[in-house]
Amino acid sequence: MEVIRKVIDKYKPNFTKGGKLERFYYIFEAFETFLYAPDITAPNKGAQIRDAIDMKRMMNTVIVSMLPCLLFGIYNVGYQHFLAIGQEATIGEIVGIGLLKVLPIVVVSYATGLGIEFTFCTIRRHPVNEGFLVTGMLIPLVVPPTIPLWQVALATAFAVIIGKEVFGGTGMNILNVALTARAFLYFAYPQQISGDVWTYLGDKTPVDGFSGATPLAVAYEASSNNTGAVIDALNQTNTVLSADFYSFTNMFMGFIPGSIGETSTLMVILGALLLIMTGVGSWKVIVSVFLGALAMGFGFNAIGANAYMQLPAYYHLVIGGLAFGAVFMASDPVTAAQTERGKWIYGFLIGVLTVIIRVFNPAYPEGIMLAILLMNVFAPLIDFYVVKGNKKRRLKRATV
Amino acid sequence: MELVNLGIKAIFIENMIFAYFLGMCSFLAVSKKVSTALGLGMAVIFVLIITVPANWFLQEFILSEGALAFIHPSFATVDLTFLRFIMFIAVIAAIVQLVEMIIEKFSPALYGSLGIFLPLIAVNCAILGSSLFMAQREYTISESVVFSLGSGIGWLLAIVALAAIREKLKYSHVPDGLKGLGITMLLTGLMGVAFMSFMGISL
Repeated sequence: MEVIRKVIDKYKPNFTKGGKLERFYYIFEAFETFLYAPDITAPNKGAQIRDAIDMKRMMNTVIVSMLPCLLFGIYNVGYQHFLAIGQEATIGEIVGIGLLKVLPIVVVSYATGLGIEFTFCTIRRHPVNEGFLVTGMLIPLVVPPTIPLWQVALATAFAVIIGKEVFGGTGMNILNVALTARAFLYFAYPQQISGDVWTYLGDKTPVDGFSGATPLAVAYEASSNNTGAVIDALNQTNTVLSADFYSFTNMFMGFIPGSIGETSTLMVILGALLLIMTGVGSWKVIVSVFLGALAMGFGFNAIGANAYMQLPAYYHLVIGGLAFGAVFMASDPVTAAQTERGKWIYGFLIGVLTVIIRVFNPAYPEGIMLAILLMNVFAPLIDFYVVKGNKKRRLKRATV
Repeated sequence: MELVNLGIKAIFIENMIFAYFLGMCSFLAVSKKVSTALGLGMAVIFVLIITVPANWFLQEFILSEGALAFIHPSFATVDLTFLRFIMFIAVIAAIVQLVEMIIEKFSPALYGSLGIFLPLIAVNCAILGSSLFMAQREYTISESVVFSLGSGIGWLLAIVALAAIREKLKYSHVPDGLKGLGITMLLTGLMGVAFMSFMGISL
């Protein structure tokens, strides 16, 4: 470790004021503070708080909490591949296929995003935004493994520039950047991000009776075609792969097709525990999203007008990306509501909207992405009225 | 139930701003503060729920083909549809005058902060748009009341959300070239993407 410190100190004068590479100071500074917490993390003016936990350390915590999802995602991509083509495979082969598909997406996302970040920082003379460390990891986790790499690059560029840099960088954006990228893909290239794209097949042909449909698609189909209860439809799908492929346990464990990182609710919970224990993520938002989805699910159960409405409410928590979105995207401290009471309202509405979109909107099988984006738009409004309510209450108390 | 569906549809799915991009000028110009935006939104709702039903009567008993037959059977072939635009506009302008007077009387502060945009409600495309949608989709009187209320609430929701975001944006670091309207345009686009979540829902 001493060696790295020495190297940094040796080259530092080149980048500080008056050095020949002064223009690139902020790029240098980004690498330095990534490796070592700076001596002073407080700004020149305003509140002076000295703490080793600066934004880079915080973002690193989020990345660590996403690792279980990423590792499981890598394994699952390979696992689904061999399951679908009906071949026995060793764990080495499974992970090999997984790495082959997932790593390029991660690399492309980071390279594009960081390239743009560095360019912006150099031109606009502001420190590199740590936020992209997390965004760059989130984008690969919410796309299917078969996504073309140029689309990943395009979506990342769009999200970083239009979703974040035009507002001034990390901490200023209105919409969650990773979800902006996914929404961009969704509306610009729907063919590559919906339908049967969730299992990587390569040039192999799948076994007879294989269906690439996700649980959400199966549920919607069963409900709109009136072919009986959704659970039965789920249980009858892909029985050729394994007897209880879309059972509750299997969907909870995550050995199902889906976006790379979101299939396993278990791994998401692991990440959530770390986020909550370190205080980086807001437990209020996470819990209230789940509560909202459950409440809406039970509400629909009570109405029970079609088969999808009769799906037990707790199923909504394990199918699709609800858990992943709730933990890693809804609780994003920048775009979520800032006030404590606002967080409850914000999270609850995300859960409610997700289930409504899933059940009612034939255009989108999954609702969590658009539900979070929509509530991102309304989060400042929620905050505004929570603050206003607080003011009113305190004024009342003061005059008594 | 039909009416409730129509209302929800007008608020969210066929939002005047994000689905049709109507009424953009005042949406962009008067969204700097939540309180002003709320005031304008209320005024728009008020104007809408009076003008659309008023225009419905106009459409039903004067403008549409054969509507004048109740005066004398020989008028049954008269078709005044070509007068639709000018008549609708005239009704809207008159009612906006009324609203202006009411606001000036009861809330001079709001009257001051809305400024020129209050009389400009008369040419707010969302207002004329609702009346024309009402005529084109052949709503009944109760439907047109619900529809006007819904599209008004949708418009209010959009402008208030934008105003809250813009109040927050004061603390951001927008590039010089994009300050003001530029970033607001981009924001409207991004908000439109978020509102896509309702597209396709059929009630």
